Amino acid sequence: MTRQRDDAQAHSATPLHIAVSHDEAAQAVAHPAKVVARAVDVFYGEKQALFGVDLDVPDKAVTALIGPSGCGKSTFLRCINRMNDTITGCRVAGKIELDGSDVNDRSVDPVVLRARVGMVFQKPNPFPKTIFENVAYGPRIHGLASDKAELEAIVESSLKRASLWAEVSDRLHQPGTGLSGGQQQRLVIARAIAVSPEVILMDEPCSALDPIATARIEELIDELRTQYCIVIVTHSMAQAARVSQKTGFFHLGKLVEAGATDEIFTNPRDSRTQDYITGRFG
Amino acid sequence: MTDATLPAATRSPDALKRAVEARLKQRYAQEMRFRLYGRIAIIIALSFLVLLVGRIVLQGYSTFIDYRISVPVHLDASRVDRNDPAGANYDLMVAEAILAKLGEKDDEVGEASSKVMQLMSNDLGFQLLKMVREDPSVIGKTITVTGPMRADSALYYKGEIKRSTPQDSRKLDDQQLGWLDELKAAGAIRTGFNIGFLTRSDSTEPEQAGVLGAVVGSAMMLIITALLAVPIGVLAATYLEEFAPKNRWTDLIEVNINNLAAVPSIVYGLLGLAVFINWLNVPRSSPLVGGLVMALMALPTVIIATRSALKAVPPSIREAALGVGASRTQTVFHHVLPLAMPGVMTGAILSLAHALGETAPLLMIGMVSFVPGVPEGFTGAATVLPVQVFIWENASERAFHERTAAAILVLLVFMIVMNLAAILVRRRFERRW
Repeated sequence: MTRQRDDAQAHSATPLHIAVSHDEAAQAVAHPAKVVARAVDVFYGEKQALFGVDLDVPDKAVTALIGPSGCGKSTFLRCINRMNDTITGCRVAGKIELDGSDVNDRSVDPVVLRARVGMVFQKPNPFPKTIFENVAYGPRIHGLASDKAELEAIVESSLKRASLWAEVSDRLHQPGTGLSGGQQQRLVIARAIAVSPEVILMDEPCSALDPIATARIEELIDELRTQYCIVIVTHSMAQAARVSQKTGFFHLGKLVEAGATDEIFTNPRDSRTQDYITGRFG
Repeated sequence: MTDATLPAATRSPDALKRAVEARLKQRYAQEMRFRLYGRIAIIIALSFLVLLVGRIVLQGYSTFIDYRISVPVHLDASRVDRNDPAGANYDLMVAEAILAKLGEKDDEVGEASSKVMQLMSNDLGFQLLKMVREDPSVIGKTITVTGPMRADSALYYKGEIKRSTPQDSRKLDDQQLGWLDELKAAGAIRTGFNIGFLTRSDSTEPEQAGVLGAVVGSAMMLIITALLAVPIGVLAATYLEEFAPKNRWTDLIEVNINNLAAVPSIVYGLLGLAVFINWLNVPRSSPLVGGLVMALMALPTVIIATRSALKAVPPSIREAALGVGASRTQTVFHHVLPLAMPGVMTGAILSLAHALGETAPLLMIGMVSFVPGVPEGFTGAATVLPVQVFIWENASERAFHERTAAAILVLLVFMIVMNLAAILVRRRFERRW
């Protein structure tokens, strides 16, 4: 687990959406791979959902997984933090390595893994507790704060990083479920950040939100990518193009193509990718 | 109409419109009929309720009216020995005082005074005995003592015993009835609210009988039932729902639990008799053994209610907790169970309210004995409200008839209070989120 950065450094002065040159984009993809997947097969009972997925997810960058409905993007995402363990009858074969060590190894405790790999779900699901409690729950159970003052500091810095602090600082002890959809999703992101993860998985985080809230979340993702490895599953190709540095295209359980976002969208190698991007299906 | 027989596509718009309108009338008529059936059903159900409760109230309300007599009694020093207060015949002294009030004197055989003693409660004599014991200086003084009339006298005043029935088939003869009339006319009898019914326990004399012992016995039994059934039931249901693997064994357990909820309650009484009383030697007729038997009976209901409350918690909460790195136990106890609390609490309180009214199993474990006081501790002899109703119903004295109905009213109030508590608890837990 990384340590929390100081508050002063949390919000860097760089503008939120800058044009990235080709070299810089290549640079981004050239960061060492944080998550490495090799020959991943996933079975739900007898039905196979993923077929031999090979993917390198770079650190300090946003990787987008796109594809039509039911193609296995969410299934793959959930393998990274072993949330598929909670589904009875789900079997994962192959290797998924986080910083070189297999997440499915017997010695790995899913509880510790999920503190290193956080998750944001499609529909905002804050706990039915106060805003403060929502963010403080993770650090508390993992023992990240030794006293109340430290806990409050962690909550404040997480809410600031999720750019929600300004809106909720005066009502921390009101229910988290009383916020708007966009605010709730940022609260969920703050909750995920509070345990100092290394990877943040986002499963269609903006699909239940209006365009303005979506834009704010995308800004947030852009700020966060300098510190975390982010994997985002999205139905919107425009979003993938805006937000990510690397993109993987899934189709019928297979990873058809993966590479720098520019290249996938301007010059895809596979015809299926081309068809999907031009809107022929999906 | 020839138009109606053509397929819809070829009918003219006008014909379709007419067909729709004709059918519309039919549909509305059907709807009105259905609503009428619903209203009739509710009216029937409510009238049964009114009939049942109304009859009990009519039969029992007179219990709460009691007739008290105040009479000055001279504690003659020659008849009361300060060293042996219990040796004096206080009842006789009270009877003589009443005769004096009536302007009559006792005859040599003492027939008049013994007839008067049948009219007043021996509670008056007990009060005098208590006074003499506490403060011997009252000997020689005249004390005014107030106490209830005997049950049969009260029944006469309430109109239950009539002069029209032949003298031999009544409990009180004409002379006694005459005395009662005189006392009433002289203003010596006061009517009041029979608070004693709620503050005293069972007694052989109806006018002194009350439900306190039974209420306390019921409450103590419910405490034991709650302490056992609720924690065990909630934890068992949580394990079965959240942690246990879903295989044939857990299916078998679930089927068995559902069956146990439907088993006739008297079987639990037999079980209690065999296991708790005969084998484990738990004291018979105690709130402890009653609570143990009721806990066994309430357990399946609590488990079923808890499981369904847990199933109703949305899976998104579980995923959110797991995603932050909570273990399964933490997810269940910090998030799922608190959200399921309203349903769990309602199920628990309702099963306790059910246990309150059970009679058959408690009869089997011996709670049918005569218990004239509040139980001393959880292992002392006790009785419960429904059993008290049962005992009084079988009593031979006429006055217990109205007391049975009054005890049923107390039981109903107890149950209404518990059900209201269930609703309030549920509201309170739900309102928070």
